[in-house]
Amino acid sequence: MSNTAVKMGASSNVPDAQGRFGEFGRRFVPETLMHALEELTIEYASAKADPAFNQRLDELMQTFVGRPNPLYFAERLTELCGGAQIYFKREDLNHTGAHKINNTMGQALLTLRMGKKRVIAETGAGQHGVATATACARFGLPCVVYMGEEDIRRQKLNVFIMRTMGAEVRPVTSGSRTLRDAINEAMRDWMSSVEDTHYILGSVVGPHPFPMIVRDFQSVIGRESRQQCLDKVGRLPDEVIACVGGGSNSAGMFYPFVDDSGVQLTGVEAGGRGDKPGEHASTLTYGTKGVLHGSYSYVLQDPDGQTMDVHSISAGLDYPGVGPEHSYWRDSGRVNYVSVRDHQALETVSLVARTEGILPALESSHAIAYAMDCARKRDPDDIIVVCLSGRGDKDVNEVARLTGQDL
Amino acid sequence: MLKHNLRKIDALQTITFERDPVPSPSRIADVFAARQKQQQMAFMPFLTAGDPDLAMTARLVEELSKAGADLIEIGFPYSDPIADGPVIQASYTRALGKKLQIPAIFSTLKPVAQKIKTPLVAMVSYAIIFRIGTLEFVRQAADAGFAGLIVPDLPGDEADEFQQLVTGSNMDLIQLIAPTTPPARSARILKNASGFVYCIAVAGTTGARAELAPQLADMLKTLRTQTKLPLAVGFGLSRPDQVEQLRGLADGAIVGSAIVKHLDELSADSGKADEVIRKLVQYAGSIAAAAHSSR
Repeated sequence: MSNTAVKMGASSNVPDAQGRFGEFGRRFVPETLMHALEELTIEYASAKADPAFNQRLDELMQTFVGRPNPLYFAERLTELCGGAQIYFKREDLNHTGAHKINNTMGQALLTLRMGKKRVIAETGAGQHGVATATACARFGLPCVVYMGEEDIRRQKLNVFIMRTMGAEVRPVTSGSRTLRDAINEAMRDWMSSVEDTHYILGSVVGPHPFPMIVRDFQSVIGRESRQQCLDKVGRLPDEVIACVGGGSNSAGMFYPFVDDSGVQLTGVEAGGRGDKPGEHASTLTYGTKGVLHGSYSYVLQDPDGQTMDVHSISAGLDYPGVGPEHSYWRDSGRVNYVSVRDHQALETVSLVARTEGILPALESSHAIAYAMDCARKRDPDDIIVVCLSGRGDKDVNEVARLTGQDL
Repeated sequence: MLKHNLRKIDALQTITFERDPVPSPSRIADVFAARQKQQQMAFMPFLTAGDPDLAMTARLVEELSKAGADLIEIGFPYSDPIADGPVIQASYTRALGKKLQIPAIFSTLKPVAQKIKTPLVAMVSYAIIFRIGTLEFVRQAADAGFAGLIVPDLPGDEADEFQQLVTGSNMDLIQLIAPTTPPARSARILKNASGFVYCIAVAGTTGARAELAPQLADMLKTLRTQTKLPLAVGFGLSRPDQVEQLRGLADGAIVGSAIVKHLDELSADSGKADEVIRKLVQYAGSIAAAAHSSR
C-alpha cells in the first residue's frame, strides 16, 4: 500500500445556511433573483426530506436513466500501465451518455414540485443541454437551452438531439460565444421569467443553493462507486480521480468520500495548450479568488476582475470558473488538483478505445490520462477509481479533425 | 470617537462597528432634498465609462451636469454583466475591447468630479470590487470624488461589511429593490440603506421598455411606508412621458440604456465629438425637463 497521508481539513457538512463552503460560495446576484433563490432553497430542503420525492427520483434513475451503472475493472489498461488497478465508474452508460442526466432529472422533479411551467438551461458541449431537453420531454415541460454560437457550430449532433427532443436552442452571440456567455444569457432570461420559470443550472456553480443541489443530485455517482468498491474489492479505493470543469461529475464523485480519510481525491483540470493565460482552463491551478456567475470561488480573471478567455480541447471543461466547494476542498487540502494537456487527453481517447473497447468523452479522457500516470507510480495492490463521466460520440468530429482523419 | 474612526479607512478592518446614530452628510441625499423641496424629480442619466472613449465620457459628464442631470451614474465595464440587457452589454464589450482599465476611469473622472457639483455614482460589479480589493476600491472611488456606489450583484444580505466600508468613507451604498422583492425582504434591506433607493421598474435586465409595469406604483407605495429615503426608478425608462408618469410616485428617474444607445448611434453617424455631445445633451435635456417640471 502506498497510502499517502490525506489532509482532512474539509467537512462534508457544508454549505451553511448562507451557502458558504468555508469562505466560498454565497450569493452574488441581482436582487431580482434573490427571492427565487430563497424559495428554491426552501423547496429543495423540503423535497430532500420527502420520502415520496426521493422514491420517485430513485425509480426514474433505475428505469429511465439506467442506474446503477457498473464499476468496471479496466483490466487491459491496468496491465498496460503495470501498476495500480484502474476501475471506471461508467457514467457514460447512462441514458443520454453522460452524468448530466443525474442532475437534470432531479431538478426537473423540483420544477414540477415548485409548480413552475417552463425550464431554461445553459450548455457548453451540449451534454447538459441534451440531458435537460430529455428530462423536460419526459415531463412535458417547455425548455429553452442557451448555447454559444461557437459551441453550436462545434457540437451539431447535440444541437440536433435537443431540437428533436422539442427544446428550443437559442444561440448566444455575446462575448466569447461559449459556455460562460450561455450562463450569462440564461441568467438574464431568468431575471425576467423567474416567476414561472426554473433555471436548471448544469454544474456545481452559480449562487446558493445551486452548487449544493447539483452536488447532491450528482452524489449518486460517489455513493454507488463507494458501495460497489466495497462489494467488489472488500475495501475502499486508494484514490478517486475525476475531471473538473465547473466540477459537477467530480463533486458528485468526491463528496461521498470526503470523510474517508484513507481515500485520496484528485481533480483533473484542463491544461489546454500551455500554462499561459488564455491557453488553458485550470482555474484551481492558476486562478485567483473572485466572483463569477453569482458565487465566490477561484476564477481566471485579470487584475481588474474581468474574466479571462480560456481554452480546452474539450468544450465541457472550457470554463473560467469552478464550483465553490472545489475551492473549499482545494484550500483545505482535501482534494489535490492537477492538470492534463489537450494532447494527452486526445491520445487517451484512442488508447482507451483500443485497449478497453470504450470511447470516452474528451472531458473524461483528462481524468483517465492522469489515472494512468498515477497507476504507473502505485502498487499493484492499490485501487484507483476514475469517473468516466461521458461517452465520446459527441467528440468524433473534433477528434477526427485534430488527428487529421476524415469522418 | 466612533465617528472619527469611521473616517479613517485604514483602521476600518480592525474596528468592530456599532451603527452610527447620526447619519453622515450625504451629497446624494442633498440633491434629492433640493428637488423634493420644489416638488420636482431628480434626473439621473447613465454613461458607460470608456464608451466611445474615456475623454468623451469625461466631456459628457460635464455637459450632462450643465444640462440638468442631478446625479450621474457611471457604468464600470465588466465582462459578464448578468443584470444588463443587450445595449449596456454591448457598450461594456466596446469599452473593454479598447483595453479600458479601471484605474483609468478614476484618474480621468477625478478632475471632472472636482469641477462639477453633480454627484457621481459608480455602477460596478462586485467581481471588479473584490478583485481590486474592497478597501482599495472604496479608497480609489472616494478619492476620485464618487458620492456613491451601486453594486448590482451584491444583494442586501451580503452587503453588511462592504456597506460599512463605503459609508465609512462618506459615500452611499445604494440598495436595489426589485419587483420580485417581497415586502418583508425590502424592509430588511432598507433598514441600513442610505442615499436613495434604486427601484427596479421591471423584472428583467436593463433596457428600454415601451410601457411602465402596472405593479410599479404599488411597489413604490409600499416602499414609501418602509423608508424615508428618496425613491429613484430605473430599468426600462427612455421617454419624457414615462418620467411624467412617475410624478407623485417617485423622487427620481434613472435613464441608462436609452442614453447609451443614443450615444452609440450618434457616434456611428457623426465622427464629430461636438456634434455628438450637442445631440445627446439635447435628448437628455428633454428628459431632465420632464423630471424637473413642477406639478
